[in-house]
Amino acid sequence: MMNPILEIKSVSKKFRIQHNAQPYLSMRDSITSVFKREKMTAEDFYALQDISFNVEQGESLAIIGKNGAGKSTLLKVLSRITPPSSGSIISRGNIASLLEVGTGFHPELNGRENIFLNGSILGMKRKEIQAKFDEIVDFSGTEKFLDTPLKHYSSGMQLRLAFSVAAFLEPEIMIIDEVLAVGDASFQKKCMGKMEDVSRSGRTILFVSHDLNAVSTLCKKAILLEGGKIKISGDTQDVVSSYLQSAGISSTWVQKKDISTPHFKSVDVKLKGEQPAHKLEISFEIQCTANMLPSFVAFDILDKMNTPLGQAIPVVEPFIRAGNEVRKYEVEIGLPAIIPGDYYIGVWMGPHYNETYDWQKECVEFSIVDSPQKNRTFQHTANHGYFVPESKLIQ
Amino acid sequence: MQFWLKTVYLLYMEYEIKPHEKLSLGIKELWQYRELFFFFTWRDIKIKYKQTVLGFAWAVLQPIIMMLIFSAVGSAFNIPKAGIPRPLFVYSGLLLWNIFASGITNAGNSMVSNANIIKKIYFPRLIIPISSVLVALFDFIMTFTVFIAMLIYYFVTGQIHIDIVGFMLMLPVSIFITSLSTFGLGSLLAALNVKYRDFRYVIPFMVSVLLFLSPVMYPISGSHFVWAKYLFALNPLYSAIALFRTTFSDSTLHIYLVLISLASSLFLFVAGVFYFRKTEAYFADMA
Repeated sequence: MMNPILEIKSVSKKFRIQHNAQPYLSMRDSITSVFKREKMTAEDFYALQDISFNVEQGESLAIIGKNGAGKSTLLKVLSRITPPSSGSIISRGNIASLLEVGTGFHPELNGRENIFLNGSILGMKRKEIQAKFDEIVDFSGTEKFLDTPLKHYSSGMQLRLAFSVAAFLEPEIMIIDEVLAVGDASFQKKCMGKMEDVSRSGRTILFVSHDLNAVSTLCKKAILLEGGKIKISGDTQDVVSSYLQSAGISSTWVQKKDISTPHFKSVDVKLKGEQPAHKLEISFEIQCTANMLPSFVAFDILDKMNTPLGQAIPVVEPFIRAGNEVRKYEVEIGLPAIIPGDYYIGVWMGPHYNETYDWQKECVEFSIVDSPQKNRTFQHTANHGYFVPESKLIQ
Repeated sequence: MQFWLKTVYLLYMEYEIKPHEKLSLGIKELWQYRELFFFFTWRDIKIKYKQTVLGFAWAVLQPIIMMLIFSAVGSAFNIPKAGIPRPLFVYSGLLLWNIFASGITNAGNSMVSNANIIKKIYFPRLIIPISSVLVALFDFIMTFTVFIAMLIYYFVTGQIHIDIVGFMLMLPVSIFITSLSTFGLGSLLAALNVKYRDFRYVIPFMVSVLLFLSPVMYPISGSHFVWAKYLFALNPLYSAIALFRTTFSDSTLHIYLVLISLASSLFLFVAGVFYFRKTEAYFADMA
């Protein structure tokens, strides 16, 4: 029995989060902190916690999980960009990591020069690049622009060129982070085909993606990360379906402060159903008071940047009566076809649209993981909005 | 507690990634990635002169203009010039000074300006500051051709004597000393710049201050105070410039001063590489 090509042994990655801190230090902060009584409040955050798994030679392994589950950190540790805080990794092959396509591309250099630069940064030898140069150019379909500076390329052309260089890498272990979402549909198809060739040629692939379709086609095995830990690992189909279920898991918020005015005590949201007809089941408790005015509630749906996407008001007239007690309600909100991603729900209550008793702006979270379009292999981006209107070709 | 990444080669192509504490220059790994030196250097040279009308002429034009100004100022104040024509005296200093100045400026900013690559791909990080020094050496070659022309002119017209053997010997030695200290200080600044962005402002300031503390415009033997000479000798460039100039001028070498300067150059190299290697694992997290 051969040794596994990659052995990951209880790897953890800890970050120190400093509150109210800039992303980088300045000398002033370092110097003044010596004199300051109160230290900056810091908190340890585990992006990865005790991750262990093996990858066998020739295996394609998918790593899936929500945003912030630790997927990218794991890939960065594996590709030696950032060191683990504890644990170790044994690798028995050379690793090429594609955490981004076109790393090191320079806008002032022309296509030919960028192919050499990028290929070399990705770990190819100059001779190797020379030998594959024609194939790379051919695959990208940019031969007319080889002597044009990259800054004059369209963004689609830049991406195609970048992917083409990466596609001709021949490492024993290839680490790929969501880079397949490149270019137009026909180029996508070409890329997927190329990736399948690579995996069939006996090379080992680690593949991180949100795109469950691509994951299922490319990989037999998968790992589901959640909160920096491995939640489940095994057959891709099992892991994917477990992910789809877990993504609908309820998210709960509880008011911890003591408040004398009417307020939300707890909010719980469950995502039910599937695309394009998801339902949110929200149950919430309200602490009412004896002297409050009759009130009603509203629910905002927000994206990660806190941009409101829509508001649901189940009852448009005050229905919550005064009384010194906790009242419990349940509402159901129908969602339209919506792109995969993480969303927040904000809750509001008050007696009148311009008088507020309580407003929790980003109270609970839910995630949509699959695309509303069943056979779609390329990623959705928020640049084209959140809702996916139903469409069909008539003629 | 300091951890950093150490790649332990267990067998051929088998290695372990773990937090580790031992330090080395990582020569073996640098050698494996040798082609990247070429590509980074080539990229920086290409980009430096893209879309410029004068192109490579810029590399020569700047020191020539500096030479004219320094010669004018030097003559006006009658600064000693070690018995050789002043333009030659000034230019020979500027030649090595420019390696140092552009080397530490580029190397010092190199980690921050290549942050996008550092965050996405692994390679020995030292390649980046080393390439910056190589770019400075490329510019040196351009300025050196002008120097050779001057040297020949003054020799043929009988204004100087050249110790040819000494010159051939001292030229690589002084380039080596300059490169060593440039690389040391450059990688120190590069690592510090990742952590403390203050160094963005420190570097240009340092370069302009150091120019006046280096024996470019004046010989340090011109100083009236002995202690001042020792202080000036702390400058790693002193030994490089002094060793170089002595082969075509009638200045005498002060061996102790040269040794002090050599020690300081070695110290910069060791300290710079040590600090860089110590902090490099976290560049991707901080850059």
